[in-house]
Amino acid sequence: MRLEIDIRKTLRSNRRDFTLDVKFVCDDELGVIFGPSGAGKSLTLRAIAGLEKPDYGRIIIGGRVLFDSTAGIDVAASERAVGYLFQDYALFPHLTVEENVAFGLSRWWQRKLPVVAARRVAELMELFELRGLNNAYPAQLSGGQRQRAALARALIRQPDVLLLDEPFAALDPMLRSRMRRELVNTRALFKVPMLVISHDPEDVAVLGQTLLLLDHGRVAKTVDLKVAPYRDGEGRASERSIRGLLTNEVEEEPPLPRPTIRAVK
Amino acid sequence: MITSQEVFIPLILTLKVAGWATVLATLFGIAIALAVARLRFPGREVLDAMMTLPMVMPPTVLGYYLLVLVGRRGVIGEWLYDKLGISLVFTWQGAVIAAAVVAFPLVYKAARAAFEGVERQFEQAARVLGKSEFEVFIRVTLPLAWRGILAGAMLSFARALGEFGATLMVAGSLPGRTQTLSIAVYEAVQAGKDDVANFLVIVTSIVCISILLASGRLLQPRYAV
Repeated sequence: MRLEIDIRKTLRSNRRDFTLDVKFVCDDELGVIFGPSGAGKSLTLRAIAGLEKPDYGRIIIGGRVLFDSTAGIDVAASERAVGYLFQDYALFPHLTVEENVAFGLSRWWQRKLPVVAARRVAELMELFELRGLNNAYPAQLSGGQRQRAALARALIRQPDVLLLDEPFAALDPMLRSRMRRELVNTRALFKVPMLVISHDPEDVAVLGQTLLLLDHGRVAKTVDLKVAPYRDGEGRASERSIRGLLTNEVEEEPPLPRPTIRAVK
Repeated sequence: MITSQEVFIPLILTLKVAGWATVLATLFGIAIALAVARLRFPGREVLDAMMTLPMVMPPTVLGYYLLVLVGRRGVIGEWLYDKLGISLVFTWQGAVIAAAVVAFPLVYKAARAAFEGVERQFEQAARVLGKSEFEVFIRVTLPLAWRGILAGAMLSFARALGEFGATLMVAGSLPGRTQTLSIAVYEAVQAGKDDVANFLVIVTSIVCISILLASGRLLQPRYAV
């Protein structure tokens, strides 16, 4: 799935103006947008989902034009067929887990889901280890369960692309690495392309195929992480070279020189 | 002696007037509160001030405005009478309109706060899941704002129950037809019927206190996030 983004948007506030001007093409199934906070990562993702309208530009996913300012195209968020995982998941607090997962398939005039849809909901509940939580409310779930419920909800309509806004930020570190692996499996299982926002180098190492470095509203660099030096001969991610890359790109000030330890004679 | 006519007829009339007034005020209150809370248009804050005005204006002044509008020679009243043969002055329907206007700001303010308290993210999540604006409203926004709106509606019901000034101006005090509880209390005191007045006052107080307690419960937070 090819993702072509070329958008510009200026946000004005009393204190300062922020201009987002990002342009990138992502052919890989897994892209990571990496950058410091305030770089425009979320804004970019929200624009792709149709939650934010760019001033100029184009958004094309798999050949489907979702936004084109010159042609006057602006597909509504509800018609874009993208999945979105919000940073704190945004599960509907007034609905049960099952109703949350089924939300994309259920219609307001139907009291019960059609059989096919109900089966799909049950399948996804099972797959995301939410069995037995059908009637629980989001507030009663653990962090990992919330994320799984949000993923199940986002995937139920088989979106063309899944956008994830810092999916692990709300989790504790132990859970983080586990959910990261689950996400890789989910991607492979659903064959859905993903674009993930992160500012954790670990995420980049595990998830990244294409890395987009964002800084001050611009794409500072696009890196192919599938080749050396970021992969070793067996295709494993080389965390050290990725970390080195991220450190050089993001930190503006050079790291402090290490104190030299002299041997005492 | 207190006759049932002196107590129950005004009580039932009052409940009927306040009930309809609450329905009217709530429907308009939800619509205008949603527009003010969610849309950005010029004159938004002016509209908000206008909608709050009945809360601070003397009810008699409001009643006078209403007479100018819906009285038989009024801007709307003349048309209503000529075309439809409807006259609102000195009818219980007129009392409903007066009570609705006076009670409106309470439900409007509550609804605006309730809508503004609904996190945009939930609505956006519903949109990304393919839902139309209408479906987003009835399945996400309204259920999440509902308790706040209901609490406001109950307050406006209590306010409508006690409405005096505007109702008297528009509907008068016709026993059995437009004489509501609060007006009946006034008339009873004027006529020296203290026992009737006492009884009416106690009934009114009990109804109002129950409503305040119930609306207070509704405003307690429900969803831990």
